[in-house]
Amino acid sequence: MSTCSVSKGCFVFKPSTKKRRLSDKTGHDFRCPSNDSEDTQLRFVTCQSLWNQIKSETEQIQEDLNKQLLDNLVSFLSRSHSDFQEKTTEWTCRMKFREIPTAALVLGVNVTDHDLTFRGLSDVLQDNITPYVALLEAKDCPGIKNLMQKLMGQLMNCDIDVDSMDDEDCVQVSQNRIRCSMPSLISWYDSVTKKTDSETPSKKRNSSSRHWRSPPVVVIFKDMESFTTKVLQDFIVISSQHIHELPLVLIFGIATSPMIIHRLLPHSVSSLLCIELFQSLSCKEHLSTIIDKLLLTSRFPFKLGEKVLQVLINIFLYHDFSVQNFIKGFQLCIVEHFYSQPLSVLCCHLVDIKKRVYSLSHDQCENIRRLPSFRRYVEKQESGKQIELLTNDSFLKEETQKLLEDLHVYHENYVSILRCLHVFTSSLPKYPLGKQIRELHCACLENRVWETEEYESSLQLARMLNKTDLVTMLQQCVEILIASSGKEFDRAIEKLKEFLTQFQNLEVAEASQERDVSVSPQKELQKKTDLYHLQKTLLELKESRRSKKLTKFEMLRFEVVDYIDSLVRRYLVPADNRTLHEIVYFNAAAVLRGHLNAAPRTALHTALNNPHWYLKAFSTVVMAAEEPNADAASSDQVDDVIHARFIRAVSELELLGFIKPSKQKTDHVARLTWGGC
Amino acid sequence: MSRPEGMRSSRHSLQVKFVPDEDVLKHITDDTGTKVRKEKAQLSVSVKRFVKKLENISDNEAQEILEEKNYVAALGICTQDAVGNGSNISGGEVYSFQTPKRSNKMAELASELAQTPEQNVSPDHSKCPEKMAKTPQNSKLSSSNRVQQTSKKKEFVSTTPYRLRKRLAAPDPYLESESEYSASCSEEEEDEEEQKEVSTIISDQKTPAKTKAASTPPHRNSLAKKRKAQKMGNLVEEYFEAHSSSKVLTSDRTLQKFRKRRLNQQTLYDLLKNAPLAYAAEIRDLNQQHESLFSKWMLQLHLGFNIVLYGLGSKRDLLEKFRTSLLQDSVHLVVNGYFPSITVRSILNSITEEVLDHIGTFRSPLDQLEFITKRFKEDSSLELYVLIHNLDSQMLRGERSQQILAQLSSLPSIYLIASIDHINAPLMWDQAKLSLYNWLWYETTTFSPYVEETSYENSLLVQQSGSLALSSLMHVLHSLTLNARGIFRLLAQHQLEKKDNPSYPGNYSPFLICLGCCCSQQPWVLVCRLHFQQQLSSNSWLSEAHWLSSGTVSDSVKQ
Repeated sequence: MSTCSVSKGCFVFKPSTKKRRLSDKTGHDFRCPSNDSEDTQLRFVTCQSLWNQIKSETEQIQEDLNKQLLDNLVSFLSRSHSDFQEKTTEWTCRMKFREIPTAALVLGVNVTDHDLTFRGLSDVLQDNITPYVALLEAKDCPGIKNLMQKLMGQLMNCDIDVDSMDDEDCVQVSQNRIRCSMPSLISWYDSVTKKTDSETPSKKRNSSSRHWRSPPVVVIFKDMESFTTKVLQDFIVISSQHIHELPLVLIFGIATSPMIIHRLLPHSVSSLLCIELFQSLSCKEHLSTIIDKLLLTSRFPFKLGEKVLQVLINIFLYHDFSVQNFIKGFQLCIVEHFYSQPLSVLCCHLVDIKKRVYSLSHDQCENIRRLPSFRRYVEKQESGKQIELLTNDSFLKEETQKLLEDLHVYHENYVSILRCLHVFTSSLPKYPLGKQIRELHCACLENRVWETEEYESSLQLARMLNKTDLVTMLQQCVEILIASSGKEFDRAIEKLKEFLTQFQNLEVAEASQERDVSVSPQKELQKKTDLYHLQKTLLELKESRRSKKLTKFEMLRFEVVDYIDSLVRRYLVPADNRTLHEIVYFNAAAVLRGHLNAAPRTALHTALNNPHWYLKAFSTVVMAAEEPNADAASSDQVDDVIHARFIRAVSELELLGFIKPSKQKTDHVARLTWGGC
Repeated sequence: MSRPEGMRSSRHSLQVKFVPDEDVLKHITDDTGTKVRKEKAQLSVSVKRFVKKLENISDNEAQEILEEKNYVAALGICTQDAVGNGSNISGGEVYSFQTPKRSNKMAELASELAQTPEQNVSPDHSKCPEKMAKTPQNSKLSSSNRVQQTSKKKEFVSTTPYRLRKRLAAPDPYLESESEYSASCSEEEEDEEEQKEVSTIISDQKTPAKTKAASTPPHRNSLAKKRKAQKMGNLVEEYFEAHSSSKVLTSDRTLQKFRKRRLNQQTLYDLLKNAPLAYAAEIRDLNQQHESLFSKWMLQLHLGFNIVLYGLGSKRDLLEKFRTSLLQDSVHLVVNGYFPSITVRSILNSITEEVLDHIGTFRSPLDQLEFITKRFKEDSSLELYVLIHNLDSQMLRGERSQQILAQLSSLPSIYLIASIDHINAPLMWDQAKLSLYNWLWYETTTFSPYVEETSYENSLLVQQSGSLALSSLMHVLHSLTLNARGIFRLLAQHQLEKKDNPSYPGNYSPFLICLGCCCSQQPWVLVCRLHFQQQLSSNSWLSEAHWLSSGTVSDSVKQ
């Protein structure tokens, strides 16, 4: 059936027989056209399981991060509600002022992530506080009428969910027929709460145990900034009139700053609200946690290369601040890696490596031999081993397994040492290696970090740290190393502990020593009163200090920094230098960028800059030039074909948005890009 | 560089003045000395300030550009990729020109300079930067530096207002004369510059034009001084004046001058079908490359992404091929976005009616969407592939339609693969919609002609034959009763008679003519008036009347 028609724009195709494709179809799609190796299924399964792990991990992280916020909100809501319950004096006095309890939820600019937060919030509320939760979005509420409709629709629907379906018809009627107004809402609320009261306790036990007798009605404004001022004002004023009948609680989702409430609402209206502020975690911190838990861990075999990580972080920082998008990009990386790299079948947990390596086919062995990092490795071996590696599959497999295990160990060590280094660099003034651990991570992945200027300067700065800082840092490092799973750090831990004890000894020794040393310059200073002499003495002091031998503390400090430096040089080798890194590291940043951060305009431009295209256009010109010669009689007549092609070219330009017909003249078009106005 | 700071420091030292310390005294004398010097060189300082400002600006700009480049480089880190010719290239390489950021800064600078009265450098329209060169201060600077700076300044100073005036004064169609003029003018300035500043170099190209120019500056200057204050105000007005004159001069040659009648769609199509496609082989290769991605698309669709294709050339054939090769065994919906009367409603309708076999109507598209969402969530075996050609078409690019489509595409069992062509298509989506769509972008430049997409007679050069309208008209006519058909005929005749009368109201509003007819001329029409009004209220009559009034079908109605 054709999809061209002059009377229809939509075409539905249903397969004639109900032969639905099997559920493992995604596995079939996993076939790479270039090489259909037998491992595809395994690869796909690995990919899926890895992604599912990561997904649940991120969800867990999200939940943990929001827990604090949600707990606070829940306690706030239950407080505001208990007042209404007990009819205490406080409530009556608030009622006198007609104040609506309001939570202002500052969520940050990453609007796309808010949905998840709100979903979690409404779930928690429905579980703990009240079944009556309405989520309103600005785009659904252009006027107060729409807002009320939406609100009542949501509230009455949730009523169905909570109560059994026995009086469904009555609710349905009310939703459709009743005018959407505050009184009808109140009468609905009364009927609902009364019904709950009158019902037998046995039937309602589980719901009444979760909710109070007259639960509050929570209205969530998802994007407070986008609501029109008038709608908000009207709603607040109207509902404040009825607050004594309807225990309403508002929650404002705010993306910018809490000031917006006062900017949107005049004082007369905002005074009707009793606002409490809640701050959610900033998206940057969220990202840091995600990176920390997903990338800087040896739990997941899959790793991101430097450029890929950079692209993802850049999209986050420069485009949307959306953690969800970051995770989506991460997912794409995983899929792309497992799809395009046949050897990614080996990108699995350590326990599976042996089995998988030994079941590799000959083709896959050849694939390994083709890896650039493996070739470099082979070149470094002696000739006998070289031949073995290149000809003997089983030897290669043995070697591969060993190398992969090495890689795993390398990564474990890498993460621990990276964290140690971060302890040092994150407290230095001006942060030469970046404040966040992700920056340090990128720097270390990019090239040998100890060859960079920034590293040099941060070492310089570290050599000037004071003792207390240094000691706490060393303690932190010890903790990190102890916590890490790497087995090689016993020596390092010993060494660091030794440093710590030395510092302690130093403290004792110094305390006695310093007392008699420090007296003399102090006295000298007191003698002099005028500026000139003071300056002179200070200069002298400085001179003497420079020439003086290093104190014991300074010696020790140098030693510590040097030791850290040696650890860095040993463990923070960039991953590119490791053999077989291609198997676990995804490095196709260009692909990723093309899919996530595409530039359609650029594509158009490049395509139009394409000489082929111009040649095509040029041929038209040439043909047009030839035409009059061929047909001299009608020199004014343009060839039909060329005319038609011209017409098509014009329509195409119009379709592409380069031109539009100008209304002023027939046959005239206005240029829309490249300087048209 | 700023004076206030200097003043403050000297006042600060005044308080210390009375301390009888030699060092302090010495210090103070030093400072006052500098102060005096400063006052003496008031003028020069201000000039220096000006120059420095300019330097700052250019520095800032350079900085910005540098930062931009860094950013672009950071994003554009790309190894070479075989497929795709656009996406890898960073923007800077494609758009090599720099956007003029300086205009704003220039205005700031100008206003600041206008506020200081002793300033004798007229910033806005002085075509004579030699003023600067005359001040003694400048001689301290190295001459090479000076040349550079002044030339920079000239670039800032003279361009905009000059061009503005030019536009106002000369609505001259001959571009050459303008460019000639401007070229000579800048040359003059250049020469003067050289003469004043680098006096040791004797230029041997003393043209008469240059000497003439050298004599003019004083006059110009005084004039400039007088006009300076009002000029600042005028500048704004002039700008709008210059831009408000919508008289864009275009040629009067229309296509009517060809002895060529407009082609209609069918002949156009036939003609082009026979026209050989250039570089057919290369384009075929390119398409094959794209086709190798099909299985990947399927995979990614199943993993929750949606796919959008962009790039030059019709992507219809590619998507069709994708559909026929991979989607034969699954339920799918093809939407021709370029279809002139496509709506979101019709898309939703075809989902509810044909895919979900639901009979019934919905109050609003949102309700319909809710219904679809519910059904798809309930039944996990339901799957739907949606292919949309030209998601960015006129009819679908609205905010609401995009919102609905985005929500539709965010359903886990609806797989959307769409194509966009318009150069500004990505502007349709904000962050919220983008995250709903969850796009993966694929560049599929095909270079194939947009045959179908441009075929719906929306082109401005194709003769509007009205075959579409005619066919729909015929449908309506056949569905009418005999009586109604008669009335329609009468109306049509009436309309055609009056067609050429410009004051006739029916040309603008079809209802007026209908009612007018009913009331006056035809007595027997009155009999059927009731019936007629019923018909009128129905949609078919509305559209009919519309077609009629548009005049494109008038020939066909005669038949």
